[in-house]
Amino acid sequence: MRVALFVPCYVDLINPEVGVSMVRVLRKLGVDLIYPEGETCCGQPAFNSGFFDEARTVARHFMDVFEKENWDYIVCPSGSCATMVSHYYPFIFKEMPETHRSESLGHRVREFSDFLVNVLGVKDLGAHYEGSAVFHCGCHQRRELGVLEEPRELLRSVAGLELLDWENEELCCGFGGTFAVKMPDVSTAMADEKIQALLKSGADTLVSGDSSCLMHLSGRLKREGHGARVLHLAQILDSGDGKVG
Amino acid sequence: MHTKRPSRERDADDRREEGIASKVEGFNERGRRAVADRDLHDAVALATEKFVTGRNAVLGALPDAPELRERAYHVKQETMANLDRYLEQMASAVEARGGNVFFAEDGEAVVRYIGDLARLRGTKVITKSKSMATEEIELNRRLEEEYAGLNLEIVETDLGEWIAQLAGDTPSHIIGPILHMNRHQVADILSGVAGEKLPPNVEQLTRFARGRLREKFLTADIGISGANFGVAETGTIVTVTNEGNGRLVTSVPPVHVVVMGIEKLIPKFSDLSVFVQLLARSATGQKLSVYTNFVTGPRGEGELDGAEEMHLILLDNGRSDLLGTPFEEALYCIRCGACLNVCPVYRQTGGHAYGSTYSGPIGAVITPLLKGDEEAKDLPHASSLCGACSEACPVGIPLHDLLLKLRNRQVDRGLASKAEQIAFKGFEKTMKSPALYNISTKAGRTAQKPLLRNGAVRPLPGPLSGWTGSRDLPPLAEKPFRQLWKEGI
Repeated sequence: MRVALFVPCYVDLINPEVGVSMVRVLRKLGVDLIYPEGETCCGQPAFNSGFFDEARTVARHFMDVFEKENWDYIVCPSGSCATMVSHYYPFIFKEMPETHRSESLGHRVREFSDFLVNVLGVKDLGAHYEGSAVFHCGCHQRRELGVLEEPRELLRSVAGLELLDWENEELCCGFGGTFAVKMPDVSTAMADEKIQALLKSGADTLVSGDSSCLMHLSGRLKREGHGARVLHLAQILDSGDGKVG
Repeated sequence: MHTKRPSRERDADDRREEGIASKVEGFNERGRRAVADRDLHDAVALATEKFVTGRNAVLGALPDAPELRERAYHVKQETMANLDRYLEQMASAVEARGGNVFFAEDGEAVVRYIGDLARLRGTKVITKSKSMATEEIELNRRLEEEYAGLNLEIVETDLGEWIAQLAGDTPSHIIGPILHMNRHQVADILSGVAGEKLPPNVEQLTRFARGRLREKFLTADIGISGANFGVAETGTIVTVTNEGNGRLVTSVPPVHVVVMGIEKLIPKFSDLSVFVQLLARSATGQKLSVYTNFVTGPRGEGELDGAEEMHLILLDNGRSDLLGTPFEEALYCIRCGACLNVCPVYRQTGGHAYGSTYSGPIGAVITPLLKGDEEAKDLPHASSLCGACSEACPVGIPLHDLLLKLRNRQVDRGLASKAEQIAFKGFEKTMKSPALYNISTKAGRTAQKPLLRNGAVRPLPGPLSGWTGSRDLPPLAEKPFRQLWKEGI
């Protein structure tokens, strides 16, 4: 099986360790990985802000990059970016020459935990992490992809990790792309509500499958002086021997 | 003839003349104030959580809920595709039963129709049951102002609406108008009316309101109601209420006026089995609301109750402009409020921050559609696009996709800020060129060095201040993933 890595731009630029952990986990499972030349961004920031033409240009570039070969799957450590390609490319290219192209590419895109559990059939990666954690499911992953249980199943198999419930776990963290900058007060209040729930749960670690939600929540946690550890699912699954991936 | 207001006043209020009531720009500023009000947050969170818990329980217990939702969507889709035909059918059915029908293009036409009717009938007291359509056109204020000579006493009789009216407030939620108030605030307002201190006890406050409202029900000359559904086949107006005030408004006064948005039509009586099952469950978490009221024309011969005279006003007010457009689905709304209850933004701000009669996700969608993009520029952006609204909508309106389309329409109409236009042109250029991506991100890594404090980018001026004002901004990593890949992982 040949798999192309879809590494979101902010993972590439800000959290490359998440990409590295994903690579290590997938290699451990014997997956043949390719990182296609010329990857940039999926175009979601422009799309979410209503700049559909600009998003289409970037999407066309993305499709060019990922159509170079007929890879079996395109795997992404972000439910949100995976959704952009699998759901919203067909949306922006509806009734356009790229309709078919965007749909067939979309079918091959899989969010990381979805790929592990539903394609590879793996739940236990032999990871070891000492701590108690809550899982924040990004909204695209929850609602557009419906990949809700997979990350939890993976986390439950991690030795030493206690997965806790937390209040109102279905509430959005308030990131929302440019929403976080355009409506900063409301966005921050949304983050604060998540943080209150995190503190109340007693967990020492916050895990998500989306680095963008984590950037938002950890940005607020740090500003407020809270010390919770904030990690991507891939980093937890890549941890062992007392080391975090 | 109704009295025209002096032209200066009209100018100041021109914006409010038509479309949806009140000023709608400035979500951000109102949102900021709302977020600072923790009482407001707690009241909103408490009430909406109660609605959501109830809704989840009763919809969860309904095995065919997903099928009902699909049927509701298709019924509405079919209705909108043939709305002209169904409107004619509705009008004929109501007229055949002895009712009067009036097509109102906008709020002004409704005001004139009801004002003239009130003058003709020598009306003193008008009772109203809950109606968002009349809120939308600010019926009360405009009747009082434009027909000042009649000295009309217009009384809202839904408990929440009445309290809002007494407080000079507007509803902040489609079905819970004063959901933003707690019982202490309500006690203060009603104490003012009672002329004595009333305790913040819900039962006692309700008893007081009941006594006061009962007098009005018995003396009203005209009763005005909204409509939850209008059945084209039979001409039946369906109102769904919990307080019993609806029946007292529609059947006690000699004249009953219905103000109904044209999108409330459903073709057949049997379609009600779909919508009535969904409405109360989605709204309040009840299987059925306490009263489901069917009014088909005025009191007929040999009938014991009902108004002597019935008028159905079918209000357009911008709705028909949406037919056949990518925004038509916004007309499928049955005003249950489920999208407000699950919305994390509404949860933080309450309804008034939206500055429109309609708040929450559906308000953010229909306000710019009915009132114009310029008048509600902030609203399509007052969402993190989490999609909880679309998931909750009992008729399957893709609310967050409509918000995206509205954002796109703003961009296409040149309404996005210059700075944002430039930024996304730059984004487009950079992201379609891997070489430019590499060069500019490398430049970013160099440029950020003097800005780093304790592992984060220090608070910045300009557009990013929206982020750095309240959250740490992580720096660009020393080596991007692409470099680590090249070096070997």
